[in-house]
Amino acid sequence: MSAVVKSAVVKNTVPKSVVRRRRLRTLPVYVILWLVGAVMVTPLLYALVSGFKSTDQLSSNTFGLPHPWVTSNYTSLLASGPFWRSVGSSTLIAVATALLTVGASALAAYALARFAFRGREVLFTVFTMGLMFPFAVAILPLFILLRTFGLLDNPWGVILPQAAFGLPMTIVILRGFFREIPGELEEAATLDGCSPFGFFWRILLPLARPALGTVSVLAIVGSWNNFLLPLLVFSEPTWWTVPVGIQQFQGQYASDVARIFAYLVLAMAPALAFYAVAERQLIGGITLGATKG
Amino acid sequence: MTHSTSTSTASTYVPDRGKSTGVTAVSPGGGPRRPVLRRVRDWFAAFVFTVPALALFGMLVLLPMGYAFYISFFNWGGFGSPTDSVGFDNYTRLFQDPVFLGDLWRGVLLVAFSLVLQLPFALAMAVLLNQRLRGRAVYRMLFFAPYILSEVITGVLFSMIFAPGDGLADKVLGAVGLDGLGGLWFAGQNTVLPTLFLVMTWKYFGFHMMLYLAGLQGIPAELHEAARIDGAGGWQRFRHVTLPLLAPTLRISVFLSVIGAIQLFDLVWVISAGGPDHHSETMVISMFQYGFKRYQMGYASAISVAMFLISLVFALAYQRFVLRRDTEGAITTMRANR
Repeated sequence: MSAVVKSAVVKNTVPKSVVRRRRLRTLPVYVILWLVGAVMVTPLLYALVSGFKSTDQLSSNTFGLPHPWVTSNYTSLLASGPFWRSVGSSTLIAVATALLTVGASALAAYALARFAFRGREVLFTVFTMGLMFPFAVAILPLFILLRTFGLLDNPWGVILPQAAFGLPMTIVILRGFFREIPGELEEAATLDGCSPFGFFWRILLPLARPALGTVSVLAIVGSWNNFLLPLLVFSEPTWWTVPVGIQQFQGQYASDVARIFAYLVLAMAPALAFYAVAERQLIGGITLGATKG
Repeated sequence: MTHSTSTSTASTYVPDRGKSTGVTAVSPGGGPRRPVLRRVRDWFAAFVFTVPALALFGMLVLLPMGYAFYISFFNWGGFGSPTDSVGFDNYTRLFQDPVFLGDLWRGVLLVAFSLVLQLPFALAMAVLLNQRLRGRAVYRMLFFAPYILSEVITGVLFSMIFAPGDGLADKVLGAVGLDGLGGLWFAGQNTVLPTLFLVMTWKYFGFHMMLYLAGLQGIPAELHEAARIDGAGGWQRFRHVTLPLLAPTLRISVFLSVIGAIQLFDLVWVISAGGPDHHSETMVISMFQYGFKRYQMGYASAISVAMFLISLVFALAYQRFVLRRDTEGAITTMRANR
């Protein structure tokens, strides 16, 4: 036992021959990872490189590097109003959705975690049931409802339903987190004259910052990728979000494949950049959300 | 409130944990019940805090759900108010609609593909990446990255990669002399579903891999160490240590896979819109087609309701018979807290 532990812990004592044998043993693993990695990355690289070709080049020279490098696909998009408008629209809607979802959920989760009142568990059950409702089930009457309220072609028509459907998961995660914060803290704050809302605002929220970050990232990604709702709500291009914009663009420039590739790459960039920055929050949130749901 | 003792004031906010109900949360000072005034105040505060969420949820989730049930009993084009009540006609029509029955069959196929191919593949990758390897973090990020991309981006990208003749897939096959294997991909009645499944695997296996990785991290290294000392080989350790301990995670990932297949829309809509000739149509696509393209809101609502019932029955049965053993999971947790 001790020998095993020692050889595993004290790296330097491992003889060279063992290291070599271990490397040989892991070689197939690396080969597999390389192959899978190549399959994963090829579509993305292909899109990136194809964006620098002309459509003629794409069919005559599928695999090679662009010759010459055509930058007009990217530059014309970067100079176009509709593209930036859809990026702006997506950003605004995502941020507003996240603020609304997290704000309303935090308040509710606070009440559901730290107040004792009749019907609390029933209320929580109602929210958790929402985890099982497919969004698509409600989309049709939701559309009729939004039309009645005059919220079609209005960003609120996307923000409000997205926030509503984001509540169950967010409340479940935040409630679990709020329950972990010791009651003594609340007692001390109350003794010092803190009102329930004061405790929530000045102590609970700052303490829950990691959890808030996680649920915000989830809400932003969910909103950014949503397609069905913005597709139905926005019939005018004014508020088209990025996914709707891409789909329409593909229809409009169906023959100009290189341009569509360029559009795809520019549309992917913000999401992948956001992923690189918020990786930990995102993965933490997904694994937490999944096991809770 | 000002004359109350400090201890009982503090007791107002003592979070009650676990199984106790509100009434039993008594003040440590000794009174069996909290003062009425305070209970009212507590109730009022809780009410104020939950109102925004309740209003949103009630108006935009529960109300539409209920309304979907209601209009599923009408023959309605979507304008004016529904008046032409048809009873259960929309539901009986479901069972005779080859498109809807096909949706169910395709859903089952996609789930079967996922369980047999995608999830084992995700598990294998998770096990590989759970070892100490050079560049492990890079592979994790890379495998998970497609999950971040929207379904629409993925769909457009692959509809071009699998474009018959000119797409990357056919060009690659042609370059290695396998032209015969190339083909219609999304445009073929028999190829559209398998191709779609390939894309889904590309996009979603990283998500399941991440779940498994999180689960694997929770398995104490000592267990593997002990099994190794007892002479268990790699496969035996996987079979008798990793797999049983990973079971709760696996059950959740299967659950999410099935629910995901029921709700599949964006990817298919962008790639094939359910075609050719309904061969990739899903329930949500049928609902969308009937409701927003053909203005049969009543029948489309019946599809919504069917979808809801299928998810619900599956979820409840799964929770009851499969997830029961786990401590995690929404319903089981709820029940434990009740």
